[in-house]
Amino acid sequence: MATTTAVPDRVNTVPDTATAVRAPVPYWVYPLAAAGAIFVLLPLAGMAARVNWQEFPQLVTSEASLAALGLSLRTATASTALCIVLGIPMALVLARSSFPGQQVLRSLVLLPLVLPPVVGGLALLYTFGRRGLLGSTFEAFGLQIAFSTTAVVLAQTFVALPFLVLSLEGALRTAGTRYEAAAATLGARPSRVLRTVTLPLVLPGLLSGAVLSFARCLGEFGATLTFAGSLQGVTRTLPLEIYLQRETDADAAVALSLVLVVVAVVVVTLVHSRAGWAPALGVR
Amino acid sequence: MGHAPRRNTAVKRTARSSLLAVLLGGALLATTACSAAGQGPQGAPASGSVSSGELNVFAAASLNGVLTDLAADFEDDHPDVTVRLNFAGSSDLATQILSGAPADVFASANPENMDKVTAPGMAAGEPVTFATNVLQIVVPVGNPHGITSLADLADQQIKTVICAPQVPCGAATQKVSQEAGIEIPAVSEESSVTDVLGKVVSGEADAGLVYVTDVKNAQGDVEGIDFAEAGAAVNDYPIARLVESANPDAAEAFVALVTGPEGRKALADYGFGTP
Repeated sequence: MATTTAVPDRVNTVPDTATAVRAPVPYWVYPLAAAGAIFVLLPLAGMAARVNWQEFPQLVTSEASLAALGLSLRTATASTALCIVLGIPMALVLARSSFPGQQVLRSLVLLPLVLPPVVGGLALLYTFGRRGLLGSTFEAFGLQIAFSTTAVVLAQTFVALPFLVLSLEGALRTAGTRYEAAAATLGARPSRVLRTVTLPLVLPGLLSGAVLSFARCLGEFGATLTFAGSLQGVTRTLPLEIYLQRETDADAAVALSLVLVVVAVVVVTLVHSRAGWAPALGVR
Repeated sequence: MGHAPRRNTAVKRTARSSLLAVLLGGALLATTACSAAGQGPQGAPASGSVSSGELNVFAAASLNGVLTDLAADFEDDHPDVTVRLNFAGSSDLATQILSGAPADVFASANPENMDKVTAPGMAAGEPVTFATNVLQIVVPVGNPHGITSLADLADQQIKTVICAPQVPCGAATQKVSQEAGIEIPAVSEESSVTDVLGKVVSGEADAGLVYVTDVKNAQGDVEGIDFAEAGAAVNDYPIARLVESANPDAAEAFVALVTGPEGRKALADYGFGTP
């Protein structure tokens, strides 16, 4: 980080929380916190208790399971890439510029976070579907989105994009504009400032945002079901496969659920250990 | 530096809303993963609460319209009883009943899911078949692809949506396509008949295979086409009173209403066949 050391120390005003004196937490907080933790962990334990460990290897390596897992990983990767491409500019605009209606725009952009995914799926359907706003335009170009893997990627990107934008916007605000201003006064053009100063500074926030988006993509269910359909190897991602298996083979559904939980835990742990939540969220 | 305080609050606000958002997102993720396991019983009150005035009817989703009507009639005839209807997929309902959900009557869309409940002896007596349902081809209004038979659905150009073989309507779909000697190159295999219907109603799919009653319910939005092989897969709907019922008399009376003349008439009105 040559840029950091080149800047005088007094500019670095971010307080170091590790050495700050901590005020004690009220004692009654602990039992409630424990109850909260148990509330989250107990259902996972309940599910793990249901797993048929003897048949677990066969259940999770069946053709349908592997097809679903493979599709989930591929689509989540593609959607995360799309989130990065679209999310970085969105976060930059929200954090580094001001224009009338910005607050409203931010709320609207974050809408997929609070919308039920099924509603998101319907919205996509009425936009990209064959009879949707843009559907006939796409069809004229020979692009068929309905029932294709593209539809899955669109659904996942729709629900995951706000995660990346939020994380990155928080990181951008925390990082501040001093280094960027310095680079600009030294004659760097905006694109160069972005590439050599801004993005390296917020890389942890970008990383954790990307990983969170990836996790959200992996878990996407409602919008995919509504918008993309369900066909093995094409649109049936892991959550859809679990939903279907549950009809006939509860053991397979539980085994696959555990796989999804493990993947999610790995992903969340990755964010925690690598980037840390604090810079990503802008709370230090 | 008059700007400083304002920026500070803005940062805080963003931080707080992002934290909230991430928490929300995490909750969403967890909900998806956990509910997908489908093992949890419904958040219904414990079966110990015996309130004689309530009758819990667990019924297949396809019975929604007809049983809602019949429940209203039942409440008119028995003013002391409140009928509470729980509509869901039959396999979900069977799982709920097996996990101890307080049900008095179970009406399943197929014998297999009823068997799950009768096997451990949870049904009182033999279940009675009270309705039948057959598949119909469903197409958008005007039938733009001119579909007239099941064999037409073998065409790759026609985007057909069917139920996955794991669910009852999918099993029926397999039977009729075997009978017709065709393979349907479906663009999607949905896990519920409503999802199949939805794809045709929205115009995403050119055709689908759903039950006659579903087409009847969606009247105006879609068209139904009868086909010769439908008789190969007649779906029987069994109904039974449950042993654990807290209100056996009312449960018995409700079963009698559904299987009796009034029930048969209502079922016929909704497109069901009666045995």
